[in-house]
Amino acid sequence: MFPELNDLLNTAPDKVEQGKLTLLCDAQTDGSFLLHHFLSFYLRANCKVCFVALTQSFSHYSVVAQKLGVCLTTARERGQLVVLEGLKSSVDVFFRAQEEPHPLQFLRKASAGDLQPLYEFVQEALKPVDGGEAAWRCPVLLVDDLSVLLSLGVGAVAVLDLIHYCRATVCCKLKGNLVVLVHDSGDSEDVENNTLLNGLGHQSHLILRAEGLATGFCRDVHGQLMILRRTPPQPTAQRERRLTYQYKIQDKSVSFFARGMSPAVL
Amino acid sequence: MLEALAARGGLVLLRDSVQWEGRSLLKAFIKKAALRGDQVHILGCEVSEEEFREGFEPDVNSRLVYHDLFKDPLNWSKTGEALPGGPLGALRVLCERTQPGPVTIALDSLSWLLLHFPCTTLYQILHALSHQNACPDGSTPVERVHVLGLLHEELHGPGPVGALSSLAQAEVTLSGMLDQTSAHIVHRRLRQCPAQQTQWFSILPDFDLNLQWVPALESQPCPPPTQVDPTAHLTFNLHLSKKEKEAKDSLTLPFQFSSEKQQALLRPGPGQSTSQIFYEPDAYDDLDQEDPDDDLDI
Repeated sequence: MFPELNDLLNTAPDKVEQGKLTLLCDAQTDGSFLLHHFLSFYLRANCKVCFVALTQSFSHYSVVAQKLGVCLTTARERGQLVVLEGLKSSVDVFFRAQEEPHPLQFLRKASAGDLQPLYEFVQEALKPVDGGEAAWRCPVLLVDDLSVLLSLGVGAVAVLDLIHYCRATVCCKLKGNLVVLVHDSGDSEDVENNTLLNGLGHQSHLILRAEGLATGFCRDVHGQLMILRRTPPQPTAQRERRLTYQYKIQDKSVSFFARGMSPAVL
Repeated sequence: MLEALAARGGLVLLRDSVQWEGRSLLKAFIKKAALRGDQVHILGCEVSEEEFREGFEPDVNSRLVYHDLFKDPLNWSKTGEALPGGPLGALRVLCERTQPGPVTIALDSLSWLLLHFPCTTLYQILHALSHQNACPDGSTPVERVHVLGLLHEELHGPGPVGALSSLAQAEVTLSGMLDQTSAHIVHRRLRQCPAQQTQWFSILPDFDLNLQWVPALESQPCPPPTQVDPTAHLTFNLHLSKKEKEAKDSLTLPFQFSSEKQQALLRPGPGQSTSQIFYEPDAYDDLDQEDPDDDLDI
């Protein structure tokens, strides 16, 4: 996790907000560093994490998490982390008997339909263990990323329904958190992606949007991060609704600074 | 004008966006309706009942009836807890209510319903809901029904949004600047031009509306009742004098085949000269009188 990002969001592994949906989106840049941050953050915070990894292999996430000080393999063995490796298990779908349920079952159907099997996988992975005290703080679902589902033929409304049900179960019933990543293609004609992005935006409590700089690639400033809080303002909290920072991604950390205040130019 | 909206019958459309959320304003209107004594029914599709009721005082909460479509709208859990007939069934039940007294129905949100159900079905139900004026037993006219619908405008194309606007008696579009929220209100009145107003406001933590400075009420300019004469004030003459008009009317067009023309063609008059063709053969012209098509066996 990136300590500077924790400061900006006013969170820490020991004071985790519960029942929130965080939307990560990126436009003209790669926003996956935000997802790696949240993955290592919630593992450090001792939460039970279900990670639906549709874009990269488990070893990729493992290597990045190692740089951030978290071992995914150990977490998986302990039962703290449940991973659905999309790339690997999508092949399994075709070698199983058709009656057996599989989270990515929609790949076998001509018209994708709904994502209920995937929801049932998440529900099963995060259900509280009966008997004894809870070993983990709160359940967290991370999805990387939802745009992949659109390109696999699932409709935007079906993906929104999946996240609706996950929110109802994980955020409201189990008081956990949801973090999802969606790519913004910037194409106004991509109606499905825009519907998904805006629909999720309306359901989110916090939106983190990573954008490339309008002027193009820069060695010292990799992009801009916009933080938008959508919960109604509380009278006691002095947080502002909308903040924008620029950032530079280094090997093991990300540094954030106010716009135009990059250390390289000061 | 913003405060008066909640008191009017018919459909009030609250159009919000990701940046300027409208649920707080919806809750402010609901609080006003509850304190006014209306029965308030909420069709909740997007947030849980707990989250929706948060922030309301106990006396307001006791007047709210929350129809929970958030937990299991598509009946995936198959536990039987889902509302019978699904969301549309719940809406239809609200249409057929039999209790007397004013009612406010809040739809949170219309966008969810539009994404899951065909537009036409939804519009018919909304029309029936917002134009209820007959009591089932026909005795006394039922009090007006106020319908508040929350619409996330980025999720829909101009078609559905336009159709919903035409159903609505009033529309409130939320926007703002920096941290200040504004509501652009368009109010359609019977036989009058729609009134527009932009109101800056904020919502207090207990969902009271705090109105800020109000600019003057502007009415949209109506089209002038008299027709404008396009031929007035021109630099050239478009008018015809009487003689010119007569000459124009009596003119026969060259390709119009009238009976006089037909007779003239059939009987060449004495004054007309017959036309002749004069042909001068060239030196290399072959004046063979034989018909070259003779050998064709047609």
